[in-house]
Amino acid sequence: MENTLREKAKELLSSGEVGVVIGYGWNRKKTRTTPVFITTPEETDKLIFNELCVNNLSVYLTRKYRDIKKLGRPAIVAKGCDIKNIAVLISEGQLKREDLHIIGMTCEGVVYKQELWQGSLKPEIMPVKCHNCDVRNPHITDTVIGEKSDFVPPEEPTGMVFDKIKAIDAMEPSEKWAFWMEQFKRCVKCYACRQFCSLCYCEKCIAEKNTPQWIETSAHERGNLSWNLIRAQHLAGRCTFCGECERACPVNIPLNLINQKLVLTVKDSFGYRSGYDPEEHPPMIVFDPEDKEDFIK
Amino acid sequence: MNKTEEKTKEDIVEVDKAFEPKIMAYVCNWCTYAGADLAGTGRMEYRPNVRIIKLTCTGRIDPLFILKAFENGADGVLVSGCHPGDCHYTTGNYHARRRWIAFKELMEFTGIDMRRVHFSWISASEAIKWVDLVNNVTEEIEKLGPFMEYKELKR
Repeated sequence: MENTLREKAKELLSSGEVGVVIGYGWNRKKTRTTPVFITTPEETDKLIFNELCVNNLSVYLTRKYRDIKKLGRPAIVAKGCDIKNIAVLISEGQLKREDLHIIGMTCEGVVYKQELWQGSLKPEIMPVKCHNCDVRNPHITDTVIGEKSDFVPPEEPTGMVFDKIKAIDAMEPSEKWAFWMEQFKRCVKCYACRQFCSLCYCEKCIAEKNTPQWIETSAHERGNLSWNLIRAQHLAGRCTFCGECERACPVNIPLNLINQKLVLTVKDSFGYRSGYDPEEHPPMIVFDPEDKEDFIK
Repeated sequence: MNKTEEKTKEDIVEVDKAFEPKIMAYVCNWCTYAGADLAGTGRMEYRPNVRIIKLTCTGRIDPLFILKAFENGADGVLVSGCHPGDCHYTTGNYHARRRWIAFKELMEFTGIDMRRVHFSWISASEAIKWVDLVNNVTEEIEKLGPFMEYKELKR
């Protein structure tokens, strides 16, 4: 698999079809994978792909990384879940499909956090998204590498995140409030969730707008609440549940819960699943006169 | 100072102590604001607890406004605009409705009591609906008491 990947990268770079291959490589101690940016055919041996490749590299295609754009037309090594984010970027006009070469990797799951890796991939160390994955054979690609996966996701999404959402839904408002305040209290406003997110590509984030100060910048409970709520709202109908924000969070705020809750809401209310069709408009910029609600009197 | 005067003074202090909810209303210029205006010109009486902010359209109402109202001490929030299909800008309220559907779920999920946030469609001729809504919402929030959860957040 890795050899085919390297061959393909070499071919793309030497033919001049792409200027840079964005992929995964080893860190120095070979304990973790790290993003690599390959610009010459000689360097392609650095490229790897294995179960540790959990990062969502689509973030490097956004306008947050102008210096990478300068390297030329990119090719990206992407798993199915990363391609979902690319599809959203295309549907939002951030990218053109033809300006990008997607090397889709078939995937049998990755580890939730790289430090959990102990030599083999067990279901316990896989994130919830992998257990419910319907894109193990990547859906939008120029090249597919790897053996075809015959995994069929369960009919009803299962896993810790979905169980916890059900448990929270059943709580009283005061219990929910207490639960979330306990979580948000820890937030230190490092904005790692935003930096890791390939869909948080605004050049000026609402958190940086200060006339008036919309979101209080200090890491106190009140400011943390509005930051986390508004970030979730800004991802409504866009978030593909890649889980990078939660993985990046240094204080382990369960952001997957809040994002998946909105993914479910958007699916139930507007029948939309983000990341599958780059031609379709994101649900929050269109509307249906028949949208159903029961709370507006 | 005679006795009757003293009594009235005490009464005033007691009235001051009673909880008067602060309710923030975000309304659209073309329908609900005109409806509230009609209630005024029609000399209809309603609870004075509502503070109205007029916006051009419900589509202008950012979910942050609701949070901002709570941050600044509101006990309840009212959001109102034109009925679907009546928007002055044709589609503003349809877009707003989508946003509210998502944001309402989000607020419920984090434990903000949805009896404190009310959404409504009120046209320029529905002064009576406006009066009823304000009265009902004020009464409901009076029963709930001040929004202490939000006010007690560390800042």
